[in-house]
Amino acid sequence: MKKYLFGLLFALVPVTAMAAGGASVPHSMDPDLHDQASLQNGMKLYVNYCMGCHSLQYQRFARAADDLGMPQDLVEENLIFSPELAYNDQMHNAMNSGDAESWFGAPPPDLSLKTRVRGTDWIYSYLLGFYKDPSRPTGVNNTVFDLVAMPNVLEPLQGVQELVCAETDHPVKGQEPDALSGRYQSCDVLQVTEPGQLEPAEFEEAMYDLTNFLAYVGEPSKLQAQALAPKVLIFIFIFGVIAYLLKREYWRDIH
Amino acid sequence: MGNPNKAKAEKGIMRWVDDRFPATQMWQEHLSKYYAPKNFNFWYFFGSLALLALVNQILTGVWLTMSFNPSAEGAFDSVEYIMRDVEWGWLIRYMHTTGASAFFLVVYLHMFRGLLYGSYKAPRELVWVFGMTIYLVLMAEAFMGYLLPWGQMSYWGAQVIISLFSAIPAIGPDLAQWVRGDFLISGITLNRFFALHVVALPIVILALVVLHIIALHEVGSNNPDGIDIKQKKDEAGIPLDGIPFHPYYTVKDLVGVAVFLFVFCVVVFYFPEGGGYFIEKPNFDQANPLQTPDHIAPVWYMTPFYAILRAITFSIFGLDAKFLGVIFMGAAIAILFVLPWLDRSPVRSMRYKGWMSKVMLLLFAISFVILGVLGVLPSTEGRTLLAQACTVIYFAFFVLMPFYTKLEKTKPVPERVTG
Repeated sequence: MKKYLFGLLFALVPVTAMAAGGASVPHSMDPDLHDQASLQNGMKLYVNYCMGCHSLQYQRFARAADDLGMPQDLVEENLIFSPELAYNDQMHNAMNSGDAESWFGAPPPDLSLKTRVRGTDWIYSYLLGFYKDPSRPTGVNNTVFDLVAMPNVLEPLQGVQELVCAETDHPVKGQEPDALSGRYQSCDVLQVTEPGQLEPAEFEEAMYDLTNFLAYVGEPSKLQAQALAPKVLIFIFIFGVIAYLLKREYWRDIH
Repeated sequence: MGNPNKAKAEKGIMRWVDDRFPATQMWQEHLSKYYAPKNFNFWYFFGSLALLALVNQILTGVWLTMSFNPSAEGAFDSVEYIMRDVEWGWLIRYMHTTGASAFFLVVYLHMFRGLLYGSYKAPRELVWVFGMTIYLVLMAEAFMGYLLPWGQMSYWGAQVIISLFSAIPAIGPDLAQWVRGDFLISGITLNRFFALHVVALPIVILALVVLHIIALHEVGSNNPDGIDIKQKKDEAGIPLDGIPFHPYYTVKDLVGVAVFLFVFCVVVFYFPEGGGYFIEKPNFDQANPLQTPDHIAPVWYMTPFYAILRAITFSIFGLDAKFLGVIFMGAAIAILFVLPWLDRSPVRSMRYKGWMSKVMLLLFAISFVILGVLGVLPSTEGRTLLAQACTVIYFAFFVLMPFYTKLEKTKPVPERVTG
């Protein structure tokens, strides 16, 4: 029996053993697709700050309204700005990609599936990672996306963030922590130097909601899958028990 | 196939059918009077599970085809359309993507069973060869299917694999172009892969599965002891250690089906991307011929062979490394076909083979898994060395088999199955 288990173990290793590598990102977030308030706030932020440039070409307003628990009239009044877009339409925008290319160097990508390509940690870190950099044409750079072409459209909310030298709790490579405080010295610390409409903690929360919404948009069927899964699994389990009892009954006389 | 003793006693509709078509005869030959050894263990679930996986792929594939748009302009969008706007489309698609990985998993376990109990040895050589052909066509089927969603990894994976043809001296570049139907992977390639994936190769696979099962039922199933149950029969000519496949193994396989479906559904509902191994992350970006992904890796079930390809980093006899890699990769699959003629042991099952066979099989299984892991990782100097060592073990298992199976001392084989 031991050798069978051994063999099975080997057979299963390639499926499970390795986590995908990739550059490390400073922040992590776990999407919560059942937090409708967060998702609704995320959608509000998205249509107000992002959608002018970034479409969600696979996401319908109506589907989001249903999944996020918003009534049609509220969505039509508050979240659909373009007179050309109807409730059942996908979240397209009016930006001409030729114009976009001449303004930014590259057309802003559609974000429907970006959380599935980059992961939510990356998106969240990116949203929090803008800092003042006068050498850039937009005046900002980003800690996880160097030389980013996008301006920091969230600056009114966040305020001006700068890279400063300061103490930090994050371990710094090749440095021992301070004996007393246990903290590190770093010149890669992001600090808000001119306040915006939101406190840093509030801004982080808003960016969590925005990322959460994008995680939903990446795979709306996840809500359906999670609702259906227990029923299917219980059914299969009961089927399995019956099949096992049936097998035992049939095999009673086989020795 | 002709059985002169077919029951003529029944009346009514079955009598009418049996006079015109051997329905009852086939039922008996392949199920109710097909005597299988009674000592099948855990490893014997994977044949019927492979059949289940095949049926799942065909059914979900048919329904995907109804909404899929096989064009470079529309393929990616139509997959998202299936995921979002088609009723149950997400479930059908995830059953298909997860089904591909599940299919390979059960096929690998099924093949390992063959290695463990010598199921390829005489008189089952053709069962093995048909099975290996299924595996080969299945890899082509999976490869072509992976291009269809038209994501970045679809595109660049296909680009890398098809460019392997161009490593063949003289005819290579023209051959690669002929396969693509274009100077680079394009909508033309997508269209022909679609035709092959949904029509041509499934027909070939189904035909081969029929051949595989007919050949198996002609000679009878092997068992964990590797002994021939037909040697000991009762007065009625029924093997003493045999039991009718139906109902005994149909009902036993149902338990396997339940366990399989449970695990399968956990993945489909909760982890459909398989941690990035069943659906690779870059595949959520649409194919872009102008932007190569940082790291191109095939899906996990191809990676052992991809690792062998990359392990060949040197040239000999004026053949360049890439071409040699292609040869070794081809040889790694081709050598499996001649396995029945490499094993010269007087016994079938690993239970009665000597220590050398056991060690070699263990080393082979370990190196195959390590190659699979290495195949998804970017190569470094150390990893290439490890891949080369594993490649040597992989081939040594086969090339040395005629010697170690002949030299080693085997244990006596029992008269009857031991359970």
